[in-house]
Amino acid sequence: MRYIEPHAHMVSRTTDDYERMALAGCRAVCEPAFWAGFDRSSPEAFRDYFLQLTDYEPRRAAKHGLKHYSWICLNPKESEDAGFAREVLKIMPEFLDKPNVLGIGEIGLNKNTRTELAIFEKHLALAEKHNALVLVHTPHLEDKLKGTRLILDALRNFPKILPERVIIDHVEEHTVREVLARGHWAGITLYPISKCTAPRAADILETCGAERLWVNSACDWGVSDPLAPPKLGLELHARGHSWAAVDRVLFRNPREFLGQGGKFSVEE
Amino acid sequence: MAKPRPSPSLAPGFDPVEKGFLDARGKLIEVAAFLDRADRHGRSTDYRVKALNTALKKISKPDRSGERAASILRSLSDPSSVPAAKAGAPAAGAWKKA
Repeated sequence: MRYIEPHAHMVSRTTDDYERMALAGCRAVCEPAFWAGFDRSSPEAFRDYFLQLTDYEPRRAAKHGLKHYSWICLNPKESEDAGFAREVLKIMPEFLDKPNVLGIGEIGLNKNTRTELAIFEKHLALAEKHNALVLVHTPHLEDKLKGTRLILDALRNFPKILPERVIIDHVEEHTVREVLARGHWAGITLYPISKCTAPRAADILETCGAERLWVNSACDWGVSDPLAPPKLGLELHARGHSWAAVDRVLFRNPREFLGQGGKFSVEE
Repeated sequence: MAKPRPSPSLAPGFDPVEKGFLDARGKLIEVAAFLDRADRHGRSTDYRVKALNTALKKISKPDRSGERAASILRSLSDPSSVPAAKAGAPAAGAWKKA
């Protein structure tokens, strides 16, 4: 089994995880910028973080034969301070043109506030200007449904950003169809408790089809499993899906979406 | 919204009940034990416990739509549509009316 991990926060993981992922068939890992579990004290801290994502992590991944790509943004959790957010947005263009930066993400909403929405729209304006791919985080738990709809409506105000160049991540059973119906890609995050388990993800794939869907572990400092994507592969195969169908979900689909940006490449 | 399509025909030996019953049974007993525990500790009126009880009623009804999981997720969700003025408490898993 080969797979691409399209969403993992490797800065929070050990080197052992890189090794286990490589052993499980991972060919490339993509890391969106995110909330570190605490709020940074200055916008300059983000310059260090973006350097970590674009320079240090690729070298750590390469020790295990893994290609590493990243996405750049200010996460929605720290977007609530609009002045702070504007300072971070000024830093971002320095990194967007790097060959291993895939686009802008993971942007979106956390608690569905007016300020978060305004900063989300500023990120979209930047994506429009740089013709960048967009990776969107949808809120947690009870905030997900409302947040997903606010995000979908906001995206409509940026017609130059083609729907198929935007992936809306962390979908679940109650949001996946609305996302796909708007022409976007949808990401299923495999978490043991708070998002989607492998059996539920397999159910979504069986009922919605595999077109414009990817899966990821979004492994970070919380309860998460960096080997969740290949475990979904085993679940699908145990249900009778062919290895070719598993390959589509775990490898070819993320390659198709990420390939639109012209920077992502991975060995067959 | 498009209705869920039926699952494709899968491996002849694959039986979702054989594979999943014990796991589902175990999780259901965990829910029951959690509700008993909440009762014993006087926490049955917590909005999250109430939301869980409401969700349980949804899955106990006959349903051929294939939408039970989505229905429960919707029942636990914030039903409003206007952006909030400021960030409130972190997400807890069930919507709390202000």
